Amino acid sequence: MTAPQRDPILSVRDLSLTFRGENGGLHVLDGINFEVCPQDFCCVLGPSGSGKSTLLRVLAGLLRPTAGEVAFCGSAEKPRIGLVFQQANLMPWRTALENITLPLELQGVPLEEARSRAREMIQLMGLEGFENTWPRDLSGGMAQRVAIARAFIQQPDLLLLDEPFGSLDALTRERMGAELLQIWQERQITVIMVTHSISEALLLSDRVLVFTPRPARITLDLEVDLPRPRSEDLRYTARFGELSRRLRAAIQES
Amino acid sequence: MAEPRRLTPARLAQRYGRWLLPVSILLFLGLWQLLSAPGGLPAFILPSPVQFLTRFGQVLADGSLLRHLAVTLLEVLVGLAAGVSSATLIGYLLAKSRLLEKLIAPYLVASQAVPIVAIAPLLVIWFGPGLFSKMLVCALIVFFPVLVNTIVGLRAVPENLRDVMHSMRATPAQMLRYLEIPAALPVLLGGLRIGATLSVIGAVVGEFVASNRGLGFLINVGRGQYDTALVFVAIFALICLALSLYGLVVLLEKRLLAWQQRS
Repeated sequence: MTAPQRDPILSVRDLSLTFRGENGGLHVLDGINFEVCPQDFCCVLGPSGSGKSTLLRVLAGLLRPTAGEVAFCGSAEKPRIGLVFQQANLMPWRTALENITLPLELQGVPLEEARSRAREMIQLMGLEGFENTWPRDLSGGMAQRVAIARAFIQQPDLLLLDEPFGSLDALTRERMGAELLQIWQERQITVIMVTHSISEALLLSDRVLVFTPRPARITLDLEVDLPRPRSEDLRYTARFGELSRRLRAAIQES
Repeated sequence: MAEPRRLTPARLAQRYGRWLLPVSILLFLGLWQLLSAPGGLPAFILPSPVQFLTRFGQVLADGSLLRHLAVTLLEVLVGLAAGVSSATLIGYLLAKSRLLEKLIAPYLVASQAVPIVAIAPLLVIWFGPGLFSKMLVCALIVFFPVLVNTIVGLRAVPENLRDVMHSMRATPAQMLRYLEIPAALPVLLGGLRIGATLSVIGAVVGEFVASNRGLGFLINVGRGQYDTALVFVAIFALICLALSLYGLVVLLEKRLLAWQQRS
């Protein structure tokens, strides 16, 4: 269970969003409420098109909500946010290393320092030897590693992951999940990750929010009490099966 | 064992490819010499390669060719710089504001309907027969293609990369420097490539109208004296000028757009 004395880093209150358009527009988010505590790994699960990505875009400040608010608290009033999309979205005119230094350059960090910090990330993500490679010459998994390194390097208060492994093959996906867990444990950061894979959500997170189809509401807020460190073997335990059944039921009911 | 290979055109081209250009140039010169040989076309219609080279040597030696070339080069470069920079600036504003585009675009398109040859005399009346009016012709002829490319390039900046920049809290100036300029650069350089060759045309058109210097003036002089060899020399110099400018832009592209090329 979450320790009660921890203050949330992020609280989302009565968040609603409607895209304007014909026929009254598209009602995407409908009264979303939740809080996230520092160092939580939180997954958002739901059918495709249910507004999970829209939620992340609101949290990242790319979209304005129609109603309700997103409040960052405590030390993180103007939070640094790392955002990783389903596609790597690298700048094609920058090498892998230059892509990773980009957020630091925007913050005005001297180039030499940015480079040396990026080299650390390169090592952490297992990208040695690809520093000077153009994005077009990187494989999907490598490109996504660069994207994750780019999000990590600014030491974000909140890391938002929008199906970051969605475009990868199953094996790469598993390995990247494990790597992500390792970095998350080492760096102690707060993560919200959108996924539509139940097992991915269970293997990675402390908590799973299940969304209904559009307009999205939270239908289940499930604590994942599986022991850490976690490995793929957890899939075959009884508790995993039970939680996974509850999540599946919540998705199907909604 | 090597299988017997038929000499298809593709294989021929592959094997003898590097000889292709020199051979075609030699053939061209041979044909030229043949046409202009005694008994062929008279020299004031078609000077022979030898006459051309002799005249070339003369104007090169007395320094007049380089003097006229320098004048035209100056007009071309200043006009190109002025045209490119104003077109990129206005293109940026138009790409950012639909309102401004609606307001100004009709004028810009209408200005393109008038051939530059028709405007050039007007510019000479207004600004005199000096270098300035020629630079203006160059700038005008370069303006439109560069403007269009700027708008197209900036509008084509991928939306998902904009999101990346926004999520990193980039300021508008950073957006421009780190995203919009590099993303639009391939199209911008395409505009510059067209502009570089157009600018040479602009300079000559301006010199034709009224001038006492420049390669266009040299052509006029040659025409007036039936010195056809001199006209050939001036045209040759113009070709070299346009090709070098074009080559410079291509070099620039190679340097700046390394990320696009096959590694």
